[in-house]
Amino acid sequence: MEDKNNSRRKFLGKGLKLGLVTAIGGIGLTKLATNLNAKNNNHSEDKMELMTTDGTLIQVDSSEVIEMNHSQDHDKKHNVREGFPNRKFVMVVDLAKCKNALKCQSACNKHHYVTGDNAWVKVYKMQESKDTAPYWMPTTCQHCDKPACVTVCPVDATFKRKDGLVLIDNERCIGCRFCMAACPYSTRVFNWSEPKQGETSEITMEMDMEHHDHGASDPEHAGVPSIKGTVDKCDFCPHSIQNNELPHCVTACPNGVFYFGDKYEDTVTNGEETVRLSKLLTDKAGYRLLEGLGTEPSVYYLPPTDRLVDFEDGLKHYTEFQSVEKPE
Amino acid sequence: MKNYDTLIKDLAPKKFGKRGVIWIIFLIAIIIAGIIAYIDQIIKGQVVTNMRDYALWGIYISNFVFFVATSFVGSVTVAILRLTNNTWRTPLVRIAEIISVAAIIMAGITIMIDMARPDRILNLFIHARLQSPITWDVIIIPTYIVISLLLLYFPLLPDFAILKKYFKEEKPSLSKRYGFLSLNWTGSKAQKILQEKSVKIIAIMIIPVGILLQTIDAWLFSTTYRVGWDSTNFAPYFISGAFVAGVGALVTVIYIVRKIKKLEYYITDSHFDKMGKLLVLACLIYLYFNINEYLIPAFTAKKGEAVHLDTLFTGHYATLFWLVTIGGLVVPIVVLLFKKGRKPLPMFFIGLIVVIGSWWKRYVIVTPTLLHPFLPIQGVPESWRHYFPSLHEWLITIATLAMALLIITLLVRYLPVIPIQRTADEQELLKTDKNTKS
Repeated sequence: MEDKNNSRRKFLGKGLKLGLVTAIGGIGLTKLATNLNAKNNNHSEDKMELMTTDGTLIQVDSSEVIEMNHSQDHDKKHNVREGFPNRKFVMVVDLAKCKNALKCQSACNKHHYVTGDNAWVKVYKMQESKDTAPYWMPTTCQHCDKPACVTVCPVDATFKRKDGLVLIDNERCIGCRFCMAACPYSTRVFNWSEPKQGETSEITMEMDMEHHDHGASDPEHAGVPSIKGTVDKCDFCPHSIQNNELPHCVTACPNGVFYFGDKYEDTVTNGEETVRLSKLLTDKAGYRLLEGLGTEPSVYYLPPTDRLVDFEDGLKHYTEFQSVEKPE
Repeated sequence: MKNYDTLIKDLAPKKFGKRGVIWIIFLIAIIIAGIIAYIDQIIKGQVVTNMRDYALWGIYISNFVFFVATSFVGSVTVAILRLTNNTWRTPLVRIAEIISVAAIIMAGITIMIDMARPDRILNLFIHARLQSPITWDVIIIPTYIVISLLLLYFPLLPDFAILKKYFKEEKPSLSKRYGFLSLNWTGSKAQKILQEKSVKIIAIMIIPVGILLQTIDAWLFSTTYRVGWDSTNFAPYFISGAFVAGVGALVTVIYIVRKIKKLEYYITDSHFDKMGKLLVLACLIYLYFNINEYLIPAFTAKKGEAVHLDTLFTGHYATLFWLVTIGGLVVPIVVLLFKKGRKPLPMFFIGLIVVIGSWWKRYVIVTPTLLHPFLPIQGVPESWRHYFPSLHEWLITIATLAMALLIITLLVRYLPVIPIQRTADEQELLKTDKNTKS
């Protein structure tokens, strides 16, 4: 009797320890254990060559190879308020290439269902002084590292993520518009009335919505759907980043004006060429908008020197009083 | 000297006359129109206003600032005059407290009207973030409401007891209500000491809280980068502006109350003279801060500032700007510097001009700045480059003003507008003074 009790106690103790070790060791340890098991049991001499995620070739016993489904949501597991781990998104806008084709704007409007009167992406007609050359300046949200909008938000509806994005939780916004007053780049857009997105884009919106709570607005799918009485703005397209795609404005631009990338990786790409961020900014003397305010934007600009196109070419697309095309 | 009984008879609340009833109906009609407009705004969204992405704040905000400013009168007249032992304040303080209470309550309501999602108001508490100036406002406004109410209520205790006795025969139910409000005030020494102490503490408390309230109101604007708001001068500028608006409102209301309640015996020309001096002091201080605010930026004329000041001095807002500056500030100073200007009737008109000027002044502070952002206004309908309130905004705003007037009217109706007990005490004091002298 005593013996039995003892052995059970031992067994329990061992089990507990094992459990603890497994918990601490985590997935790696269990993997190792199963590997060892596999080696012990089956010895089919069939080897397979595979490439690991970091690029090295390895040989694996073919019996160990198990087919698995494509993970649908392991990329999504990041916290919406924290952002993609170990990323820091930046954009570079090369003003020398912009000729106001406005494809960025229409792509953004289309994909975010912007139906109001004020687009999120704007191409400004700029001229510093009357003796200097005019140029076209596309603007997105600057995704500042010291965002004035986030500071003044009373309810933490607009927030800054570790990956650099400034997003809005439209389910929480109280519509005080203080963030709009605070933003020096006038990038924020308000839903003054019930957004008219429903009828024209219901089907596509449904498709976009499949991935998250039905009907709820998701900060990572800004503008889908927009909510009356809350603020919208450029979101740097985290829904595209998630699918390893570039933001819509970047891919839509026929002139390769927008470069998007990761500051930690020090690379940015406009879809055609991929370049070192630091080198690009040094070579072409990049700058940021209203640097003097200390908002530390994530968007850099390259000065409009050696332009490939005439400024006047852009004038034919220029609409001073419109940024969102209205259905006829 | 009037005897005690006529004193009570003079100062006890009286029923509305015909004019009073018409006035109340008029106010309620305006309020109903405003409520209908507000419901429409809730249903359709703030698209019914003329605010848009650039002029993102409008008269709701400037009206809010006006109410906050006017509520400062409680701090100034009541607390400061009390602490500086200015005995001439006695017949004026209660009306000042009433204005203060009405204005700060309406400020709280007005700021909610501007919120596009009033249904989410609890988020301000659930998700409150301390670094937002709006959260500071959420803290300071209720605080000021409570302190203002207490400052109105505590000195009323002895008067409620008097009224309880006074109405005992004629209107037992009214007497009962006054009795309930008097918290069993008997006038015993212990009670008097306690009341004196409480009033003193609140009178001291309301000064920093009042100054903080105005300061936070200024910080709502000066914590942004906007040209015309981004000013270190803003808090004292707002405090002094509130001083002007508050005393202006006080003068106006007191003139009307005195006329309607026939209180000429208690509120004399000399009271108006003193208030006139107070108002001219307020205006001079405000003028000083205005010079700081508008002339010094004009001196360096940084580009943004220059554009902003141009629209104020000579541009789109020039008429309004000079009207509120000359009419609402310089003219009152000039008139009030003369003794004849400090007689009741001219004081009434000056007070009225000052109040109207103060209201439009806030409009001039809020709107032009928003229409001059750092990046040019492009890609939006032409109408978004201007702002003038829509019918909805006017209806709602006028309704808030009517509501403030209604609160004032009702309080003036049911409360003794001049402290009965204190007046009696002081007159006794005068008598005994004379006796001892002779």
